[in-house]
Amino acid sequence: MAHSYTPGLKVTRCTLLKRRRLLPIKGRVVVNRGDMVEPETVVACTELPGDVFPVNVANLIGVSPKDVAGAMLKQKGEAVEKGETLARSSSFFGLFKSEVAAPASGIIETVSGITGQVIIRGAALPVEVRAYIKGRVVDVFPEEGVEVETVATFIQGIFGVGGEVSGILHVTSESPGQILSEDLISSDQRGCIVVGGSVVTAGALRKAVECGVAAIVVGGIDDRDLRDFLGYDLGVAITGSEELGITLIVTEGFGTIDMAGKTFAYLKENEGRLVSVNGATQVRAGVIRPEIVIPIATAAEEICYSAEEPVLNEGNLVRCIRTPYFGRIGRVTALPHELQSMESGAVVRVLEVQFENGEQCILPRANIERIEEK
Amino acid sequence: MSIPDPDSIKVILATDCGSTTTKAILFEKVGDEYRQTFRGEAPTTVEAPFEDVTRGVLNAAQEVEELSGRKILDENGGFIKPACGKDGIDVYISTSSAGGGLQMMVAGVVRRMTAESAERAALGAGSIVMDTIASNDRRPPHQQIQRIRQLRPDMILLSGGVDGGARSHVVELAELIAAADPKPRLGSTCKLPVIYAGNKEVQEEITRILGDKTDLDLVANLRPVLENENLGPARDRIHDLFMEHVMQQAPGYRKLMSLADVPIMPTPGAVGLIIQNVAERKGLNVVGVDIGGATTDVFSVFDGNFNRTVSANLGMSYSISNVVKEAGLENVLRWVPFEIDERPLRNAIKNKMIRPTTIPQSLSDLIIEQAIAREALRLAFIQHRDFATTLSGIQQERSISDAFEQSGGGASIVSMMKLDLLVGSGGVLSHAPSRCQTALMLLDAFQPEGFTTLAVDSIFMMPHLGVLSALHPQAAAEIFEKDCMIYLGDCICPLGNARPGKACFSLRLESSDGFVLERELSYGELALLPLGTGEEARAVCRPERNFDFGAGRGRVVEKVVRGGEVGLIIDCRGRPLTLPQEALARTRQLAEWMKILEIYPADRFESVVKAYGGVAERSV
Repeated sequence: MAHSYTPGLKVTRCTLLKRRRLLPIKGRVVVNRGDMVEPETVVACTELPGDVFPVNVANLIGVSPKDVAGAMLKQKGEAVEKGETLARSSSFFGLFKSEVAAPASGIIETVSGITGQVIIRGAALPVEVRAYIKGRVVDVFPEEGVEVETVATFIQGIFGVGGEVSGILHVTSESPGQILSEDLISSDQRGCIVVGGSVVTAGALRKAVECGVAAIVVGGIDDRDLRDFLGYDLGVAITGSEELGITLIVTEGFGTIDMAGKTFAYLKENEGRLVSVNGATQVRAGVIRPEIVIPIATAAEEICYSAEEPVLNEGNLVRCIRTPYFGRIGRVTALPHELQSMESGAVVRVLEVQFENGEQCILPRANIERIEEK
Repeated sequence: MSIPDPDSIKVILATDCGSTTTKAILFEKVGDEYRQTFRGEAPTTVEAPFEDVTRGVLNAAQEVEELSGRKILDENGGFIKPACGKDGIDVYISTSSAGGGLQMMVAGVVRRMTAESAERAALGAGSIVMDTIASNDRRPPHQQIQRIRQLRPDMILLSGGVDGGARSHVVELAELIAAADPKPRLGSTCKLPVIYAGNKEVQEEITRILGDKTDLDLVANLRPVLENENLGPARDRIHDLFMEHVMQQAPGYRKLMSLADVPIMPTPGAVGLIIQNVAERKGLNVVGVDIGGATTDVFSVFDGNFNRTVSANLGMSYSISNVVKEAGLENVLRWVPFEIDERPLRNAIKNKMIRPTTIPQSLSDLIIEQAIAREALRLAFIQHRDFATTLSGIQQERSISDAFEQSGGGASIVSMMKLDLLVGSGGVLSHAPSRCQTALMLLDAFQPEGFTTLAVDSIFMMPHLGVLSALHPQAAAEIFEKDCMIYLGDCICPLGNARPGKACFSLRLESSDGFVLERELSYGELALLPLGTGEEARAVCRPERNFDFGAGRGRVVEKVVRGGEVGLIIDCRGRPLTLPQEALARTRQLAEWMKILEIYPADRFESVVKAYGGVAERSV
């Protein structure tokens, strides 16, 4: 049987999931191997070197750079408080004095005799890394972080904004095609991960932020609504650091698109569970897609691993990801070897698909993604 | 690496390890000449789960093996060398931009002087410049330090001050770098490589400040005097450090380096090299463009001066939405010969951004994508023209004839009237369903003036030929001419504007076999004359008094023009090219031009335009 390689998003009912939780620089790991952790548990912490404040003392007190060291009231390595006099010069037999105050509290790191510049290093910035998902610590990397493992229902979205949050899963839409409108959002959903259907409206997004909803998971969003919500037009899909008061995960794409039936079903059957989501997306080399992790009470040994490779075969379920059939779902009926000419004139590798309504069509292989069925 | 004698090289395998795809190409000596014979590709394997670039290389080589019937790989995953009959290869060479390529930060004292020279050196070496720090870049020092800390470049190039000139500013920059204590992007345990190429008299101070905190390298000043740049030593050192540091850290690269017979080059560096070679060999002014999924690189050589720019986030897949954002949707839509609703179009563009590997299936999709490509190319070229300038800060020697010329240092050296050859590369240009589409995209985006040859890289092999040119210049030159460059044809584009329909110029064309064609061209006209690949004709152009072919307004110009796969294009649409403001007139005009060049199949084009409101039906 003919087959070919194809990418696709993971939508899995039960999988063993591991997440490395690492510090940006070396620090201290505060949990042990085997510990059970909640999403908010701090697993490692460190301190980043403080901000740097350069002060051109020579210019400010009117001395030559080589005389700055002599004018300093505090020396290299000493602490200064914001507003404290850092250096002083006097002229005309002490009649006129010039002073410079420290712009920030910190430690004097350098005093340059060439440029007359003094550099103050501010207080260290504490950094904490949390577990993000509920699970067990299975590995500890000394001074760096840990690996947390959980058995979970795992769903990848296609695009998201906002970072890591956790909350109780709340499915508001009755079907994958229902629009998530303002009236479906209420203050009862504070801290929840709210699931909608085909699209979220701009009004619903705004109200969700007002009501303190932690995240929204939905099939689609209109580009204009996203632009209004972000306050700018997104040029490249590298997200995750937005501070919008909510995380948004889109499972299908831009526009009004029914959420894939399987995705919606998995979310529906896990309603009420504690889930972790991350909107961070990076569509570049080293691709990162947003994710929904729903830890479930299954022992690791009981997992039925999916042995499927990302290979496309006849009979596979696929989703069209480009016009003119964007969003439609069908089954592969043939994978011809020969290149074929499309309406655009492009001569490409193709596949034949039969849609759910029986309609048959030929598509470029690049314009579909496979939907896993397990 | 033992490099065989060039005369004994018969079979060469070259790969380019891109961010997503590794392209392998086989070059062979066929009779007395070198030719490109087979091509294969495979996904790049720098990322997890493979984390070994050589797997992608071997997979791509395996595809070449299957297509060519030549046994290339041995049982241990190495190459069979040397070639013997239908087995093996003589040489393996490679370029790489995988894992984000070479990412640098540069610093200089004055933004338009030493900092710009440093930027030129870094770009010329094939790197992406993440940021340029200068003493006068209007950012307060703490912001500059914050920026250095945030970006984790592969290396920093620090310059500033002419030899024997001011000391304190460049030392201050070194102090900022030291305070930021930057870490390299790859290999967290290594020190960040810093190249110092500034005032040689402060090398000692720089070593004292940066010597312990960074992996410091001192090279000759890249701006020893204001009047001259000396970019070679800094550029060479960047190449060395790219090999020693960056490549050593990337997954599988040590193995790749051991397989390669000459040092691996950054992909844009290799393309730049081949463009420079062409310009030098033929004595031409050349502009080359490589439009990719994420970035667009523009290369130019004018009067021997080479420049390269990288327009980050102007590309046709990952960055497609950014092109629309930067250009404005109205500028994209001015190239579309039908009216389309903004909302679904914006959603479709975003969908391409998040699923960047999809391709246009419908003709309307293709037309829109090519409209976006015009804007990506236009914006990238504007950036290039602004960057490729004469040196700033120089006292100009002026003769009496220059008395009314206002241009001083810092003027762009890119002159469209002086441009001889425009070469396009990258998927949207190289793989356009018709070469006429490529020609019109180049014309619309670059708007060449006078007489210019248009060409396209047939299958994106300029990187491979660039690295080959370092090993075997003759083979690279032969293959470039015979297999890489597809000549689309010359274009004749008078400079000037008039009212539509007014007389523009008269053309007399004499072919070598005595055939004569005479034609009056009107302003706004686009014409295609049949002149095939390898054919030449003598063109005599008599412009009206407000049009110029480079000899001055209204002056006759004679020139030999060459044909190509598209033909000889006459473009009287004006420079700068202005389109009708009113939507119906604009779409009607575009449809007419597209039909003249037959860039889309007529029947499909009619039905697409009709489906979107039938403008073409009313117009033609």
